[in-house]
Amino acid sequence: MSAFWALVGRDLRLALRQGADAVMVLMFFVIVVTLFPLGVGPEPGVLERISSGIVWVAALLAAMLSLDRLFQADYDDGSLDLIVMTPAPLELVVLAKCLAHWLTTGLPILIVSPLLGVLMNMRPDAFWVLLAGMALGTPVLSLVGAVGAALVLGSRRAGVLVALLVLPLTIPILIFGVGAVEAAVGGYGARPHLLLLGAVLLFALPLCPWATAAALRQSTT
Amino acid sequence: MTEFQCSRFSGAGVDCARGGRLVFAALDFAVEPGCALVLVGPNGSGKSSLLRLMAGLIRPTAGALAWGDEEILKDRESHAGRTHYVGHQEAAKPAMTARETLGFWAAMRGAPGTGVERALEVIGLGHRMDYPGRYLSSGQKRRLALARLLAAPAPLWLLDEPSVGLDRDGVAMLERELAAHCERGGVVVLATHTEIALGSNAVELELGDFTPSREAVLARMAGEVV
Repeated sequence: MSAFWALVGRDLRLALRQGADAVMVLMFFVIVVTLFPLGVGPEPGVLERISSGIVWVAALLAAMLSLDRLFQADYDDGSLDLIVMTPAPLELVVLAKCLAHWLTTGLPILIVSPLLGVLMNMRPDAFWVLLAGMALGTPVLSLVGAVGAALVLGSRRAGVLVALLVLPLTIPILIFGVGAVEAAVGGYGARPHLLLLGAVLLFALPLCPWATAAALRQSTT
Repeated sequence: MTEFQCSRFSGAGVDCARGGRLVFAALDFAVEPGCALVLVGPNGSGKSSLLRLMAGLIRPTAGALAWGDEEILKDRESHAGRTHYVGHQEAAKPAMTARETLGFWAAMRGAPGTGVERALEVIGLGHRMDYPGRYLSSGQKRRLALARLLAAPAPLWLLDEPSVGLDRDGVAMLERELAAHCERGGVVVLATHTEIALGSNAVELELGDFTPSREAVLARMAGEVV
């Protein structure tokens, strides 16, 4: 377990010292959402109708921006060889990478999303459902994103490639995340949608680190 | 004083292909505990590839490597636990200090943090512990990479041109630590182009001798079993 927390601590420390990456993702998220009132016009009814979809799609796109850096920096400076050669199980080490990634990108997106909901005239009673959906959905982005990031290591235009690989896999999160908010706004229960999001998370939690570890072992050849 | 419970490290009939091209074929080697194996050979003869094979980072296309009787790829985690690999790249982050970098790699191997400062002192970075990686010279970064060997003990050291960038004192320090490691019963495999004095326990392995013949390469390309 010491390897797990050592890696989480190092990645957080690096993210704090090289703050640009995390801030860039957050700025992208905010800017994409603010473009929509300018593009579709400021009618409150229209904005309210599309608010949950816009916030979720923008969150997915913002998360894609950070994925190519997940393993690339370690790959470039030789750290990845040593990380793969850690005596601890590689799946656990990957999980630590995902946790650090979520803390530096998923969590800030989650915290900012209700503010952007206000901007999009979202109904205040839907904020908690949006937050709950984000809390279940953003870790999945980090987990699935890690698989993509490990697969594209060493390729040219890795950033675009990883988005092409990972975005289609995030469709269930988008559907259930938006569905939860819509249900809450429409007066139905958001519970089934959130439970399905939770199921996706529980599915990704063991499966993605396993696939990522296999891809990383391949990348060191 | 023997500190490590070391085994014989050996490989038999090892073939290695990189990018579809056979680098060396039918290579046999063996290192006894307390001994060093020096890989020599022209550029491109597969010294780095062999070290990566030994580290378990790549798979041989034929043959197997073993620690004692245990094949190394059977249990990657225990092989990783007994192996230190220092490659061409230093794995030092520009934003982290020498102490933090070394502390991190020691913690990844489950070693207590107490050895970190001592390792930095021995390696000659005692006065640069709190320098961020971006201000370390290439020789100092190399020393930092070598400090990993001392911060967390492991019996098998795989070193890829460890003396590159080191000054004369640095090479002397490296020779001292290599000798001490062999004395403790550890195993050293290193690739080098320069003179590193290793005493009488060192055996040289010329990789140029295992370069596959033209016929073997052609046969491989034709898809036949060599």
